[in-house]
Amino acid sequence: MSLEERRAKARHIRHLLETEGRAIRENTTVFNEDRYEVSESFDGYEGLRSRARRIKEDAIDRLPELIDRLRESVEANGGELYVADDAADANRYIEAVVDGEDADTVVKSKSMTTEELDVNDHLEAAGVDVWETDLGEFVLQVADESPSHLVGPSLHRSQEDVARLFNERFDPDEPFETAEELTAFARDYLGARIRSADVGMTGANFVLADSGTITLVTNEGNARKTAVTPNTHIAVAGVEKVIPSADELQPFIELIAKAATGQPISQYVTMLTPPVDSPTIDFSRPTEPLGSGDDDRAFHLVLVDNGRMAMRDDDHLEETLYCIRCGACANSCANFQHVGGHAFGGETYTGGIATGWEAGVHGQDSAATFNDFCTGCSRCADACPVKIDIPWINTVVRDRINHESDGAAFDFLVEGLTPDAEPGGLDVQKRLFGNFGTLARVGSATAPLSNRLAELGAVRSAMERFFGVDARRDLPTFERETFADWFDARESPDNDGREVVVYPDAYTNYVLVNRGKAAVRVLEALGAQVELATPQESGRAPLSQGMIRTATRRASAVSADLTTYIDDGFDVVVIEPSDLAAFRREYGKLLDEETHERLAGNSYDVMEYVYGLLNTGADAGVLAEPSEPLAYHSHCQQRTIGVETYTEAVLTDLGFDLLTSDVECCGMAGSFGYKSEYYELSMDVGSDLEAQFADATDRTLVASGTSCTEQLGDLFERDVVHPVELIAPE
Amino acid sequence: MATGTIGAFEQSLTDVGVELTRATPATFSETLASVVDEPAVGTPLGFDGVSLKDTPVTTELTPRDLTEAQTGVTPIGRAIAQYGTLVVESNAAGNEPVSLYPPTHVGVVRESDVIEDVTEAMPKLAEQFSDGGSVVFATGASATGDMGALVKGVHGPKTVRVVLVEGL
Ligand code: SF4
Repeated sequence: MSLEERRAKARHIRHLLETEGRAIRENTTVFNEDRYEVSESFDGYEGLRSRARRIKEDAIDRLPELIDRLRESVEANGGELYVADDAADANRYIEAVVDGEDADTVVKSKSMTTEELDVNDHLEAAGVDVWETDLGEFVLQVADESPSHLVGPSLHRSQEDVARLFNERFDPDEPFETAEELTAFARDYLGARIRSADVGMTGANFVLADSGTITLVTNEGNARKTAVTPNTHIAVAGVEKVIPSADELQPFIELIAKAATGQPISQYVTMLTPPVDSPTIDFSRPTEPLGSGDDDRAFHLVLVDNGRMAMRDDDHLEETLYCIRCGACANSCANFQHVGGHAFGGETYTGGIATGWEAGVHGQDSAATFNDFCTGCSRCADACPVKIDIPWINTVVRDRINHESDGAAFDFLVEGLTPDAEPGGLDVQKRLFGNFGTLARVGSATAPLSNRLAELGAVRSAMERFFGVDARRDLPTFERETFADWFDARESPDNDGREVVVYPDAYTNYVLVNRGKAAVRVLEALGAQVELATPQESGRAPLSQGMIRTATRRASAVSADLTTYIDDGFDVVVIEPSDLAAFRREYGKLLDEETHERLAGNSYDVMEYVYGLLNTGADAGVLAEPSEPLAYHSHCQQRTIGVETYTEAVLTDLGFDLLTSDVECCGMAGSFGYKSEYYELSMDVGSDLEAQFADATDRTLVASGTSCTEQLGDLFERDVVHPVELIAPE
Repeated sequence: MATGTIGAFEQSLTDVGVELTRATPATFSETLASVVDEPAVGTPLGFDGVSLKDTPVTTELTPRDLTEAQTGVTPIGRAIAQYGTLVVESNAAGNEPVSLYPPTHVGVVRESDVIEDVTEAMPKLAEQFSDGGSVVFATGASATGDMGALVKGVHGPKTVRVVLVEGL
């Protein structure tokens, strides 16, 4: 990306933060909080997720066979099934059906797949009136906008916004003000169109192969009316929506609303086996009995391929097809909560999973426009009801985008100097951040000169110009004496407790050296025999830039080093949560299964390990006494692997007064907050964390992750410590 | 059906804002009349011991009746205690439009049709689907947040009431 492109992107983001940010944040945060509440209070939620996942894996695996079965069922019921190769094919078929009915008006209920097809434009060009009956979609239709969210297409608009829009467009006698007035108007306006429509078009959330039943999940009731009021019903769905039978439906019925909006169940889960038994309703003959018209009901199910069958054959994109379009990945995403789907989205789809959908159905270029908004914080992986590894899909697509770009201006400078495994053409900014380990080593070896140099105005503006490193950010200060230097120069005590190897990640070794020293002191005070592994970067940095080959190389080196210790009976202790998360999660994609399992199974967060020692007889009395009250922000990836609870437990058990944050991410997210095009978004996300600790002026700021430490430092201009530093004996 | 299930059903209905009124076969007509706003349309209940005869509900339906009715009364196939869900079974008599078009829907539930959870509902659903049947799980009133605040009564009913018939 050039300087100009970065500036343009920053301007676009600033505009969205100002115009849409507030409504998006309010709406997505409520959905997200309600999701936590309802999923925690529902017994068996995790079991449902696992079952749903297995059902989708199996269904996608057997898809061709299920489609054949579905065709038999739909036809036996008296309907038609059409499998459309692509959007043009689907539109052609739909137009032919509409034409065959001599239809002037089509009413629709909400369907992202029809957005993907642009079927409204297509039908309107053929002279047909098309009306969106979902109120959110109707707002978009009036505003001529695209959806900003999978579930709440217009949630970027506030009530005042909608009122302004409707007052301008419909010019009512009394201007609309309240949500009730707007809803009543839209209901009556659309109700009239539903009553006179010739064709009703819906999506389908789930399609049952065995019976030809389609399931529609809605709150407004418009899908029900759309499906049963006109005599002709067209349902449009991606091929991936097919599951075998009613036996597989239950987990989805129970999961989808909980994940999407935090409701226990949606108002209407409509399960239709069309053509339906309900009597025909002919509003043009208002006094004739229901069902007395001579027209029969007709049903067309249009299953859309449009790239999906190819996704099925793509080892990394295939998982996207398990998606039930609940939007939880967007709601749980700190960046999305602030900037919304008009930035964090492609031609049709929005949020984290949009990278998979856009790459699959519209092509990689569409995904490339927003893929960088995924910082890999991984909160969505926990939120997804079908357990899709959304960050991994983003990483893979980023890697593919890297490999197809066509050469940047400074390649000759960077290539050859950097020890990565990526080809030419990689964006220089990505290459810089992806090679943090090397930078840190050089920076430390030449400290303090490197630090002074990096603070020079001319250097900072050059860094901003060439690499897009925002000059408003403080850069990390490299320590001349590394954590490993310190460790080598000291005498270890004569302990006979457990054998522990501490992994000196690049930040702890070169920048946040004190937390490394504190970790060693704590472990030794609790009786452990401590050794230090080889200091080397874990691969997290290149992975965050989509440099999978480089990351794989790092992962192999780190695991080769650490597994020799594991062979000798050592436990591995990790200080930086993003690296522990890499060992447990992403290494599974980079290493062979056995190596990954051994490393993941024998590695611990430092506070998790301390918790273990304290609960198996170690004497807490040797640790530092609790002092000042604390404000603690755990790391996003740490929460995804579920280990932040140990830090909280240890500190609370030792008697610390602890205030914890509950934002999804601090906004820094590795290199994200350093990038000049994203700096303002990063600070906007950080403002949520700032608000949570605004009253905590008397509390010491505590963070487990490096990024959070940097972000809290920038937000509060105060020192931030790692939890282990608080409990380390002098 | 255990009494615990009925208790859970009542609680869930309260949570989703649905009023429950109890009746016996003997008091049914009177009770039903007290919870419908007229004009009222309905579909035959098909339950032994209670019917819409002797109530202000008409079962002969035209499109105009549907749009002018204040209340639609339908039988409820089963009710799911865990969520307060009414299982509306589509049929030729018009359960689907009658429960959908008027601003108030009154569902008539036999005590013995209250089941615990969705899992318990599935085997019968599977049978209904393979016979070409359609059903709606309806929970509470139709609602939207799309206009900037939660509003009840969008394309479906604004008010939902349940008449629970004891002893059936
Ligand atoms: S990826 Fe998962 S969380 Fe995101 S929309 Fe799809 S199902 Fe929902």
